[in-house]
Amino acid sequence: MTQMTEQAHAADTRSWWSRNQMRAAPWLFLAPGIAFFAVYVILPIFQSFHISFYRWDGLGEATPVGLDNYRQLFEDRAFYVSLRNNVKWLLLYLLAIPAGLAIALFLNQQIKGMRLYKSLFFFPFVISQVVVGLVFVWFYNPAIGLWNPLIGLFGFAPMNVLGNPNTVTYGIIAAGLWPQIAYCMILYLTGLNAVDPEQVEAARLDGAKGWKMLWYVILPQLRPATFIAVVVTVIGALRSFDMVSVMTRGGPFGSSRVLAYYMFEVSLSEYGFRMGYGAAIAVILFLIMLVYIAFFLWRMWRDERAA
Amino acid sequence: MFPTPVERQSAAVQATYKALVPLALILWLLPLLMVALFSIKPDGDFTSGNLWGMPSSFAGFENYTRVFTDSSMPRYLLNSIFITVPTVIGAVALSCMTGFALAVYRFKGNLWLFFMFVAGNFVPFQILMVPVRDLTINLGLYDTRLGLVLFHIAFQTGFCTLFMRNFIRALPRELIEAARVEGVSEIRIFWYVVLPLMRPAIAALSVLIFTFIWNDYFWAVVLTQGVESQPVTAGITAFNSQFRAAYHMMSAGSIIAALPPVMMFFLMQKHFIAGLTLGAVK
Amino acid sequence: MRFTLKGAAAMLALTTALAGPASAELTGNLRIFFNDQNPAPRAAMEGMVERFQAMHPDLNIELTLIDREANKTQIRNYLTANAPDVNGWYAGNRMRPYVSAGLFEDVSDLWEGPMGEELASTLPALTLDGKQWGVPYSYYQWGIYYREDIYNELGLTAATTWDEEKANCQVILDSGRKCYAIGSRHPWTTGGWFDYLNLRTNGYDFHMELTAGEVAWTDDRVRETFAKWRELLDMGAFIDNPTAYDWQEALPFVVNGEATAYLMGNFVVAPLREAGMTDDTLGFYPFPEITPGIARAEDAPTDTLHIPAQAQNKDNARAFLLYVASAENQSIVNEVLGQLPINSNAEVSDDKFIRAGFEMLSTAPGGIAQFFDRDTDAEMASAGMEGFQEFMMFPDNLDDILNRLEAVRQRVNSR
Repeated sequence: MTQMTEQAHAADTRSWWSRNQMRAAPWLFLAPGIAFFAVYVILPIFQSFHISFYRWDGLGEATPVGLDNYRQLFEDRAFYVSLRNNVKWLLLYLLAIPAGLAIALFLNQQIKGMRLYKSLFFFPFVISQVVVGLVFVWFYNPAIGLWNPLIGLFGFAPMNVLGNPNTVTYGIIAAGLWPQIAYCMILYLTGLNAVDPEQVEAARLDGAKGWKMLWYVILPQLRPATFIAVVVTVIGALRSFDMVSVMTRGGPFGSSRVLAYYMFEVSLSEYGFRMGYGAAIAVILFLIMLVYIAFFLWRMWRDERAA
Repeated sequence: MFPTPVERQSAAVQATYKALVPLALILWLLPLLMVALFSIKPDGDFTSGNLWGMPSSFAGFENYTRVFTDSSMPRYLLNSIFITVPTVIGAVALSCMTGFALAVYRFKGNLWLFFMFVAGNFVPFQILMVPVRDLTINLGLYDTRLGLVLFHIAFQTGFCTLFMRNFIRALPRELIEAARVEGVSEIRIFWYVVLPLMRPAIAALSVLIFTFIWNDYFWAVVLTQGVESQPVTAGITAFNSQFRAAYHMMSAGSIIAALPPVMMFFLMQKHFIAGLTLGAVK
Repeated sequence: MRFTLKGAAAMLALTTALAGPASAELTGNLRIFFNDQNPAPRAAMEGMVERFQAMHPDLNIELTLIDREANKTQIRNYLTANAPDVNGWYAGNRMRPYVSAGLFEDVSDLWEGPMGEELASTLPALTLDGKQWGVPYSYYQWGIYYREDIYNELGLTAATTWDEEKANCQVILDSGRKCYAIGSRHPWTTGGWFDYLNLRTNGYDFHMELTAGEVAWTDDRVRETFAKWRELLDMGAFIDNPTAYDWQEALPFVVNGEATAYLMGNFVVAPLREAGMTDDTLGFYPFPEITPGIARAEDAPTDTLHIPAQAQNKDNARAFLLYVASAENQSIVNEVLGQLPINSNAEVSDDKFIRAGFEMLSTAPGGIAQFFDRDTDAEMASAGMEGFQEFMMFPDNLDDILNRLEAVRQRVNSR
């Protein structure tokens, strides 16, 4: 008896399934992914917007304060320092693209052992930013680092790169560029591999060489690589938290802060736990990023339509 | 081939190029070489001012052994493994399904959902920090490896879905259509037809995610705090304060902390680069 | 009602524990977060735990050592989520944010017993709002640690006045060395210099008013303090690039004789000895007088242990704190630490520097300050020390710095 109902039940399900599986299947496959993503990524974005209108120490009751956090932000010297540094990061980080291309062009040869050379040039990208940061802290250290003797060879006076507010951000960006250049290099090496040799030869017969060849024949073919390089570099620049945290903690006297780090400092450091204020900084950072996300999505949408 | 292959150039140019490449490499890796050199030096070299010369004696073995015996480094490494491996499995599993659904089926909102995953993947971590930390505390998962793993799986699903969906789209559709005609159920199509073809994508993605998660620092700091659950990226700062100003030890510790992803890269180079450069070529 | 009962039960358990250790062994767990990983404090804490464990073999004690700097950012985190049973922190105003937020347990009950009398000297530093919030295990003097051998070589003696100090420094500079090592990558080290310059220039009462936020940072007396500091900066008295180092990284300058003195807490002695300094080469003297006639006051920070309000095993934690406070434990711990015990019955170790510190502190007529970042509101302290760090690098920015600090003071006061 029980067995029979169970069977009937099973038959029912099967028939429903066979009737609807084309419509149900995608949602079945998507459900776990969407659930996770919604809870941990989508929802928190809106929550952060919400929190940014409160004063909250992360413990007790949150007090609604309207736009106070944002108003305070626009009078906050540290916020402007962070913002300015973010702009520096964005602009200088983009140097990774031409630098990566240059190294890729330099290495795009077939001499013995080239594969290994390419790997060795690339592998700084695999090292965690924390370790890269530490390595550069020691590299710059005026007492033990190689930096000062190195620039001394070219007649420069010793520098206190990370201790000087005028150089510290550039010092950190240079450290950040190291793995990023490696990333761009590998993108371009892959791209160069796929460059149509016939076109190159044809252009050569037409007398194109050097810069002209690069500009008119090669670069257009490297477009997809350049696009990805720009996207990952911009995102990387705005995510500069690890480097700043490990190398200087925003110092000396706050001159190397970036928004990503300042937000963390305001929300979770000993002097912080101003969650609402932190959320407001995060919202600003998010809005900046949104420009790029929108650009990326627009491009994808265009490509999808073409496909 | 561009630039012009050196083989077509004069012998002098060839020789110069062959000398230049290793030289450039040394310059490129100089900061790292410095740290590697420090890590095999004895303590005394730092006080005697022998910083960049030959080590006065080879202390590499001793230094690296001490990293494992005198500190919590083994525990941090273990934590990193217990955070990274489940995340890789979870994120890849979820995205195989989401990628399949978004690549194979046409339904309303498909593109929007896809864009949601892609956009979420680019979001700055800070906008998630306060709510995710709060959620983790409320779930009782603060300062646990599971708390970190759950978040990582969720966040990585964004990137992985982008990756998988584009990969499956490039597979021949005829295979799926043929199976449908034979009345194979959708679940079986996923499992028996598509999944086997996804092997290279799974391999590439696994290596990539392994590296990303191993190297995560921000969430490690936000969601964990002690030696019981912190991964090695966060542990290294504790390690360094234990060996403050002992540069030979700090160097050895950093190299140990950085090693697993580097090994992963050299062992799985093909997959790694395939994953990283997906989309760099049309 | 239930709460008091529980407390009473705990006290009862404690009294029996002290009366007959065999019959009242503690069970369950005790999780301790201690905020120092440096070798000496680490050994001290591990010793404390070991001895307590021996008294209570069935107790499951778990000790986590957190980096001193990292602890400062993690404390709020762990007090609010996943709280341990005991955690390390500092006395004075530095406790206030956690007391106000209800994150520290009121341990006035412990102070009501005999412990309170033995620790009476630090009662004010552990009291906020009329209650006690922790138990101290050690304190230490600040002062000038100097290369006695180099001083002798140059024919110098330790200075007692500002003019002597500067004259000595000039001789040292002329000999091709720097006068003071300092590492200000973590800016708190500059707080020591500010404290002493201000205490010596304007006296204890003014210093306490300033750190309590009652005096404007733009006050002329504050400028006077910075003017003294500037005299040293203009001489080039400090090592180059202090922002590149933390305090440990600046030690080699002293060890190698590139700098002859270090204004620091007594914890600096252990690593200096480890690096080969001996009682013959290393000396100590109190910071010299600046304004004649001002009563000498000193910095002597107190290190403390607390019970988080959300601790799971508060009874065990209380028992542990009582042991920490005991004369027996404080004698041993401070011998290991190379610091001074708080308990008046504990023995002061027979060590050159500890003796000197004990002598100096017990005869300080002006008063004892905790330290800049412990006497000041947390946000103010952070801004202040960043300002000091900047001043040392760009003394000309002083007006700008003081205006900024004044703005922070007003914002903090208006909360």
